[in-house]
Parts: sequence; structure tokens; C-alpha cells
Amino acid sequence: MADETKIGIYLCEGCGIAEAIDMDELEQTVSSEYQVSTCKRHAAFCSEEGVAVIEKDVKDGEANRVVVAACSHRVMTDRFNFDGAATVRANLREQIAWTQAPQDEDTNMFAADNVRMALAQARNTDNPEGHENVVKSEKLLVVGGGVAGLTAALEAARAGTEVTVVEKTGQLGGWTRKWSRLIPSRPPYRGLIANNTEELIKAVEDNGKIKVVTNAIVARTEGMPGDFTVTIDHGGSEETDTFGAIVVATGWRMPDDMTPYEKYGLGKVDGVMSGVDFEEVLAAGVEKDGKKLNTIAIVIPCESEQMPYTSGVADRIAIKQAIQVMDTNPDAMVYVLHDNLRAHGQAEELYREAQDKGVVFMKAMVKSAAAGPELTTDDLLLGQEVRLSGLDAVVVMTGMMPNSTNPDLPKAEKGNEFLCDDVNPRVPITVNGEDAGDGDAARAAPSDADDEGAGVAPADCDPENPPLPGGALLNLQYRQGPHIPILYNGFIDSHYICFPYETRRTGIYVCGAVRKPMTAHEADNDATGAALKGIQAINLVKESRATHPRTGDLSYPIFGLDICTKCRRCTVECPFGAIDENEEGYPQLNPSRCRRCGTCMGACPVRTISFKNYSPNMVSEMIEAVEQPDPFDEKPRIMVFACENDAYPALDMAGVNRREINKYMRFIPVRCLGSVTLVWVSNALEKGFDGVMLMGCKSGDDYQCHFVKGSAIAQERIGKVEETLKNLMLEPERVTIEEVSIADSKRVVDLLGKFGDQIEEIGLNPFKGF
Amino acid sequence: MAQDGPQSQTIAVIGGGIAGVTAALEAAETGYDVILIEKEPALGGRVTRLNRYFPKFCHPTCGLEINYQRLRKNPRVKVLTMHEVTAVEGEKGAYVITARRLPRFVNEKCTACGECGKVCETEIDDPYNYGLGKVKAARLPHEHAFPMRYVIDAAVKGTDDEGRIAEACQYGAVDFSEEEEEVTLNAGAVIWATGWRPYDATRLETYHYADSPDIINNVEMERLANHDGPTGGKVVRPSDGEPAKKVALIQCAGSRDVNHLPYCSMICCLASLKHAAYVLEQYEDAEVHMYYIDIRAHDKMQTFYERIKVDPRIKFIKSKPAEIHPGADGRPVVKGERTIDRELYEESYDLVVLATGMEPSAKDISASGDVVKDEDGFVLAIESGDGGQVSCGVAAGPFDVALSTQSGTAAALKAIQAVGAR
Repeated sequence: MADETKIGIYLCEGCGIAEAIDMDELEQTVSSEYQVSTCKRHAAFCSEEGVAVIEKDVKDGEANRVVVAACSHRVMTDRFNFDGAATVRANLREQIAWTQAPQDEDTNMFAADNVRMALAQARNTDNPEGHENVVKSEKLLVVGGGVAGLTAALEAARAGTEVTVVEKTGQLGGWTRKWSRLIPSRPPYRGLIANNTEELIKAVEDNGKIKVVTNAIVARTEGMPGDFTVTIDHGGSEETDTFGAIVVATGWRMPDDMTPYEKYGLGKVDGVMSGVDFEEVLAAGVEKDGKKLNTIAIVIPCESEQMPYTSGVADRIAIKQAIQVMDTNPDAMVYVLHDNLRAHGQAEELYREAQDKGVVFMKAMVKSAAAGPELTTDDLLLGQEVRLSGLDAVVVMTGMMPNSTNPDLPKAEKGNEFLCDDVNPRVPITVNGEDAGDGDAARAAPSDADDEGAGVAPADCDPENPPLPGGALLNLQYRQGPHIPILYNGFIDSHYICFPYETRRTGIYVCGAVRKPMTAHEADNDATGAALKGIQAINLVKESRATHPRTGDLSYPIFGLDICTKCRRCTVECPFGAIDENEEGYPQLNPSRCRRCGTCMGACPVRTISFKNYSPNMVSEMIEAVEQPDPFDEKPRIMVFACENDAYPALDMAGVNRREINKYMRFIPVRCLGSVTLVWVSNALEKGFDGVMLMGCKSGDDYQCHFVKGSAIAQERIGKVEETLKNLMLEPERVTIEEVSIADSKRVVDLLGKFGDQIEEIGLNPFKGF
Repeated sequence: MAQDGPQSQTIAVIGGGIAGVTAALEAAETGYDVILIEKEPALGGRVTRLNRYFPKFCHPTCGLEINYQRLRKNPRVKVLTMHEVTAVEGEKGAYVITARRLPRFVNEKCTACGECGKVCETEIDDPYNYGLGKVKAARLPHEHAFPMRYVIDAAVKGTDDEGRIAEACQYGAVDFSEEEEEVTLNAGAVIWATGWRPYDATRLETYHYADSPDIINNVEMERLANHDGPTGGKVVRPSDGEPAKKVALIQCAGSRDVNHLPYCSMICCLASLKHAAYVLEQYEDAEVHMYYIDIRAHDKMQTFYERIKVDPRIKFIKSKPAEIHPGADGRPVVKGERTIDRELYEESYDLVVLATGMEPSAKDISASGDVVKDEDGFVLAIESGDGGQVSCGVAAGPFDVALSTQSGTAAALKAIQAVGAR
């Protein structure tokens, strides 16, 4: 990179820009206000000839920073990408030409400001180069030796990766090894299949790339992707190894609390057993204590409130078990008691097979169980009470509780609060895009980072859903505690629809029943994906690149420790636990754990955290670059910080739809609302902006923030801005935060319009003109 | 790789819906070259047309936007739109994919400025809205289209529009000389991510889908509720635009029926619960009746079902309706017998939504070699798992979105193994 900053600015006239904006005036603004190396205009810079113009300037050393004033940065990204020159985009098209009155004074002012902001950005940005290489190992650690763990290991090994599998017990194969028959996963989707777990175990044991350690747990995990130092406790003796990434496949266990199942007689009535115990009976030829079991009732509980670990897996297993009984003894009598029979997908064929074989399915709710065993049920189809007596056995399909902790270990002393559920599916449904309530923000973010050594304040702990018992699976030696954060009911997950493998601990991926309830076959496929994510993380980190969601990003936060006050806000607020503290209490970044959201930057009160291409200073200068009209012109200016993942695209789409946006708005896209520092808000007000709006994703329960907590943290911070405003003698209504979704291309226009009106009503900022 | 390695290390992904986009990105971000082949003018498949996902009520475009950001930054993925794959032949390391390249009449010079749309007078049934509304023949496929490029329907050919459109474009992007042509592509591994289409409801003869605009299917319901759909997000009767307050949701329209789709399509119950929420949210005096066999809330979705169930305005009726037809007043009537109390019913509604099942689109594509299709048309890798063709998403089975993204990730690793992991 050349020492001297040479900015080339390219004003595009295509797509209606020249029709809407006075380009001569715009060029005049640039040349009169800025020292640029070159300023050029073209009818379409995205055309081959247009791109060539810019390329030539870069090649000739005319420009080492390129400002393309044309369309949104969300389009033509591949074309406006120049080797050796950081490129900044000024959005003249979607934001102005397509949303503003053509050739209007305000339109031209809007365009000039967008160009000024881009020039300020260009002066304060550089192409990031990536952090130092941290990769010490490209091996994969798999924790858990059940079907999911073994498959993850085998699939990774088949792709050339070395793997170590750590299994808690002395035997590989987990639960599945105990099942005598499995659900078919291939056509004709009927007919139970043999258990092939022994073959899987053998394939793992025979694979030269896989090392298996049984009777072992992970005692400690330090470091970061590419360099996880893992201490494996192998029956008391410790062994340390280094890994590039980790797959957690610790599976499930019977619910710790079995009392909800007592109403079916489980643990109370002889002859009532769990589905798990029934597998032993099935393996023994449907015999128990030498006695053939001929009449069996299989109960599928499904009320999720009482039995939080119930799932659709239970129904399919119940059908499988019923078929297995009939296959062994065609004269048997099997009742399956269900509410809604969840035989989804191809399991419908299995359901059909069970019916063909004479299994009796009853839509019935069990009221009580008595000795015999016998069951009293409400048969919902007959509309009457039905008693099932003379049963040889009652089988209760208990739930699958995820092993997101190791129940054999004592609760971790520190950081256990991080296991609190932060997503509760029982909150009332709001589907209209409006905020669900004020409580979310307060619950979602720690309010006081000064609390000595307290980890994250457990403000988001739901007293009805206390942290899960047990010790940490990986015992992460992270400042934010040893656990991998969980979602509702203890499943380790963070974006379970779009990005199912992501956790809030970088380089650590989960699969199998610890992620969501699933059958052995589903775990098999699930594990294959987790293996890929592990390999991918290592590859990305090798190039110092970010993992999801800013995949490939080379930028990373740089900490200026000289003015750091050791306030710890960054280490506490990082949604991914990427920052630790060194012995002196200063923040210490583990670069490959970082997702580059900038939440640390937004947290830092002394503005000493910055990225090469995104910094407090850069945005402050962009804010300052906006021209504040003379107060007598009565033209307010409103600064909008818009999340680039959802709010900003929604704004672009308002443009695509040619919807008029309030002409007094000025927009700065931000990586995440979590990266917005309050300093920017006060900067804007001090510089004469009349209002400030933050636009981010839905927070709290059912959050939609790609960085999980960014928007919640922003709400928390904004809650404190009132004081700042008071100090400035300004009305609190001048600052607002809105939750906006990407589908709000209509709603954003209304929101901006209303806020604009509100600001006009309050009147101009008294600081304007000072 | 040694000389006996695959001829091509490129991974071809057929289908640019959520499963295919995921598979393509996951492979590319692991360092492999990918061709992503989509038959429509833009990526996103079925999910980009959905209003919201269950159970979070979040917008599909939110996750797609992140994926498109990943695509924009990743030169390893080559995206081909308007390429309809017709056959896959060959073997691991050397597949030949045959595709029909459909004319877009717009080349890569398009800037999406919209001038062609302004002058275009021809209107066509909007394919993005399943024909529920009209759209200009020269159009951006939708507001979130990726790539952001216009497409022109062949309907303008030979009309005055043809000249007007060509003249309006200042960027030399309109090319009416484009013709459909057959192209072949080479790849070392193939990921089938061909997705699904709703089961053709006209085949459910007693439900008279074709006889009333107010008897719609579930994907159309998503368009009605979507802010960029034909009604701007208002759930109204397509016949007269009046509010659809009393709505019947008919489960298993095609699914769980050996005469139609023998399997359970997995998503319909939850999608219908979501549809109930759309109606309940829009109208305080809404009345929703869900006709069902079983409410199949898979994985941990039982909670989602229980959440919707508590609303007193929704009623669950266990019954498979015998007949649905337009009544004397034009409103659709649902007739049948309630399974629980054996009572006959005959009730009219503002809107009836058929929860049509998912039929695999792979049915239409000729497959050979190390891949098998089951009787329903789902594509399965060979049993040994050693082939170079794999499947994910609804090409592989009736999956929801979470399973589609999950299986797309898994498919990426299998494909990487096939082309020879580096």
C-alpha cells in the first residue's frame, strides 16, 4: 500500500442518477471541498469500459482508494473490486435517485452528503490484511463416541482430516448400539433394518486417521480455532493435544426429572418401563425375566410444557418398537397411545406397516396407571373412558434431554449462568414486526461490566428455567465461562433454521441429539455436515479469515491498549466470547474466535478498538462530513445507523420499489447494531444532527440478529443515552432505536417518515450552527 | 491428486434454493470450485417466496441475504440462472450435465435500472406470485432478486414492446436474439438440490381447486401474506379482495394418501399453523378452522403448536374433508364428517387453503449412474455412499428448511470427498 492516500472518486450517471441529481454541482462539491487525486464521471461505471477507467487509475497509481458513487454496495460487488485499492461505495442510486424528487435542492444536498461521507470513509479505511497465522493444528476433535460422533470422525477422515474421538464410557456406539433394529432410511421405507453400529465402530477403529480415546473426557480447552489446546482426562491421567476445530456430539440422556412420567406409572407401577428399557426387552425377543410379553401398550407423551424433552422422535420409535414386537410375535397385541401421531416424512410408510401388521393406534390420553399394569385412558375418538387391562407391559416414550452439560461432573463454579435459556418459545407470538416488549433488552445484555470477576451478569436467567445441572463439556478456559451457550430446553444452537451448525463459540460445531432431537439415521447425516464445518473453519482460519456470518473477512479488531481503562465491557459483551483478559486485566483477543461484528468496538467507552476498514474514528468523520444547513433554512438532518444485514437491504429495496424516503435522513451502514458506540450518537447531536435512529434486527426471544446479541446490546446502550441527552440539554425523543426486518421495505419508509415528522415537531437541534 | 484422480474437481449443484445455495457456499468456503445451476431467473427457490419461517416467524430473505453476501464475496461459486438441467450422466470425477439454457433476453450488462420495465406494456401472470397477480413482461423477478438483473418474458416477442424495450435500454443489455440452447457442463461431483413443487391440487378432484379463486394452496397463501405479494401482505379473498377472516386450513391435501403422495410432507402442519397466525394477526375477529388428521409437530416443534393452539379463535377439527366446492353465494364450502364425534358438517368460508404436499422436482430430470430415485422421485445416493452424486433438501426427502440447510452442508462434504479432498 502506498504511503500517500490517493483518492479516486467516480461519479456514475447511470440508472437515473444523472436525471435525479445535478452532477455538475456534485462534481463541484468534490473538487471544492476535497483534495482528491482524480474525479471522473461515466454513463455507467459498472460497464466494461467504466470498470476499465477505474482499473487504469489504480494501475497507474492515480488512486489507491476508490470511491464509487453509484449503486448500493450490495450490487456490482464483484465488478467494483480493485486489487491494491480499498473501495468505498456511495449509494446514489437506491438511496437517492430512486427515492427522491429529481433535481430538487434537497436531493442534491442528499447526494453531496453521501459523497462526503464516502470520502471521509475512504480517508479512514484500508484493505485489511488478516491477523497473524494462529493455526497450530489441522486436526479435528470429536467429543462423543455415539453414532453422531463416530460418523463425524469417519466423514472427516474420509476427507483427509486427522481426528481424535473422545468417548466418556468404555464403549463406542452410544445409545444406538443398544438398539436391536433400526428405522429404515431407504426405500421402501418399511421393514426394520439391522443395526450397523458395530460396522461403524469397526470402520472408525480401522481408519488410520482416527484416534479413539475411551473412558475419557475433556478436562480443559484453551485457545481458539486453529489452536485449541485440549487436555484429555483419561481415567485420571491427563494428556494434552492441539486441535484446529471441535465437533461436539455428546448426544442425549433420559430427562433428569422423570416425575412428569409418573402419571403413566413409570417408576411407580411394576411392568411400566421406558422406551429405552424396552429396547432390551425387544433385543431379548420381547421377553422379560423369561416371560414373553404379549399385550403391550406404548404411550407417547407429548405435552411439551410438562415434558420439555418430548419430540417427534418418540412417535417414530414407538412405531418401530410396535413393529418389532409384531415381527417377533405376530399374535401379540400392541396398542400405541398417542395424541397426534408424528410419523412425519417417510415414517408414514412405517406407520402403514404397523397398521398392516395389526398394531392398534389409539388417539387417547392416559389418565392414570394402576397395578397390573393397567391404564385408564380418555379415548378421544370414542369419546369415552377406555381401560386397558391385562397388559404385560406399558412402555413410556420418555424425552431426549440434550447432553449440553456432562451430568457426571459438578456444576462449574463460574460461568454456569451462561447456560441460561435466552430464547423462550412460550412468549406470546408477535408476527407483525413490532417489538414484543421492553423487557427483552434488559434481559439480554449485561448491565454492569464492572462487577469484579462475575462473568456475565445473569440478568437473562429465567428463574423457571434454571441453568442445567452438570459440568462443562469442553470446560472452555474463556473469560465468559466454560460452557457453550444453549437455546431453549438446553439444545446447543444459535440459528437453527438457516445456519444449523453455528454455535456461539467459534470453531465448535454441534451435531446429533445435543443439537436437536433426532434419530440415529438423522444423526448420521447431521454429523457429516458438522465435520464439514470443522474442516471449513480450519481452512478459513489458516487464511486468517472470519467464519460465519462474515465468512472470508480479513478485518479484525485491533486494541489500543495504551488508553484502555480495563473496563472489561468488550470482554463481557462479545456475543461469541472471543476476548479474554490477560493477567494485567487488559483485553486479549483470540482472533480466530472473533466473528468481526464489532460489538467490542461499540462497547469500548474510550474508542480504542477498531478495524482497519471500520473504526470509531471513521464513522465519526463520516458523521462530521455531513453538511449541516444553516438553521434558518429549517432543514433538519437525521442520522440513521442501519444494520447492513437486514435494515440496510430493506432500505435498498424501498429504493428498488421507488418509494420516497424522508429527504432529511442520512444513512451509515453498520456491521451490527452491537458495533454502534454511543459516542457516535453524541457526536451526531453535537455536530448538529437533529435526530438519531438506530435500525437493527429483532432482539431478545426469537432474536433475528446474526450476531445473536448485537441488537439487544444496542437497546441496552441506548437505554442509557437519555442521560447524555440531558447533559446536552436535548429532548430524549431525538434518539430512537427501531427493530426492522429485511422484509420491511415498506415499513422503513413509514418509520423514517414518522421520525422525521417527530423531529420537525420538536424543532431543530440548538447545537446546529455551532 | 494423482493422474488417476477425477477429471474435474468442480462440484455442480443443481438447484439454487436454500439447500443448493447452502451446499454451494459450504463447499466453496471450504476451498472448492462450484457451479450453482438454477432454472429460474433468480436464486432462492421456494423459500424466497415464503413470508415467514416457522417457528420463529422470521423472514426467509434474512438468511438468504447473508448467503447472497457470501456469494458476492466468493469467486469460487459460479452462478448460472435460467439453466434447466435435463440429465446427469457419467461417473464420479467425470459427470456431464445437460441443461437447457432458457432465453432471458437480458445479458450481464443489465444494471437493473428499470427502463425496460417502464416502457413494457405486455403483462404476464407473475410467476413469482404463482400467477396470483400480473407483472410486466420485462421485470426484476422480485425486490430481493439475486442476481439483481431483469428478465423479459418471450410474450413480448413480435409485439411493439420488443422495439420499445430494446430502445429503452441504454446499456446494450437487451438481446432478443437469444434462443434456447442445450449446454453441457462438466463436474467431478453432483449435488442434487432440485427441491419441490406443490402437489397439483387439481388432481384432488373433490376439492375443486380450479373452480374457485378462493380455494388456494399453501404456497399461494404465503404470497398473500407477503408484503411484496399480490395483495401487499393483506390476507384477502382473491375473488373480490374482501378480508379473509373466516379461513379453513385443509391438511394432507395430497399427502399421506397412496393415491397421491404416500408420504407425509412434514412441513404442511407447521406451515398451516403459521398461516393461522397470519390470519389471526390481521383480523381481530378472525376465525380459523384447521382440518387435520394428525398435527405433526416434528423435532421440538410441539411447543410451537401449543403456542398457536391457545388462541381461542382457532379451532382444530379432526377430519379429512370429503368435499370442498364453491357454494351458492360463491364462498367455498367444506363438507365432511368429524372423526371425533361423527357429526357431519358443511361450513362456508371466506378462504380455503389446501395444505398441498411437496412433490420432488427431480422427477423430471433424467438421472443415471451412482444415484437412485425412489418411487416418489426423491434422489438417493447409492447405498455404499461411494458415489459422486448426492442429494440434499427436498430432492432427498420431504424436509423442512432446517433439514434442508443441514443436509446441504452434509452434501457439500460428500461431494468434496468425491472430487478428492485436498
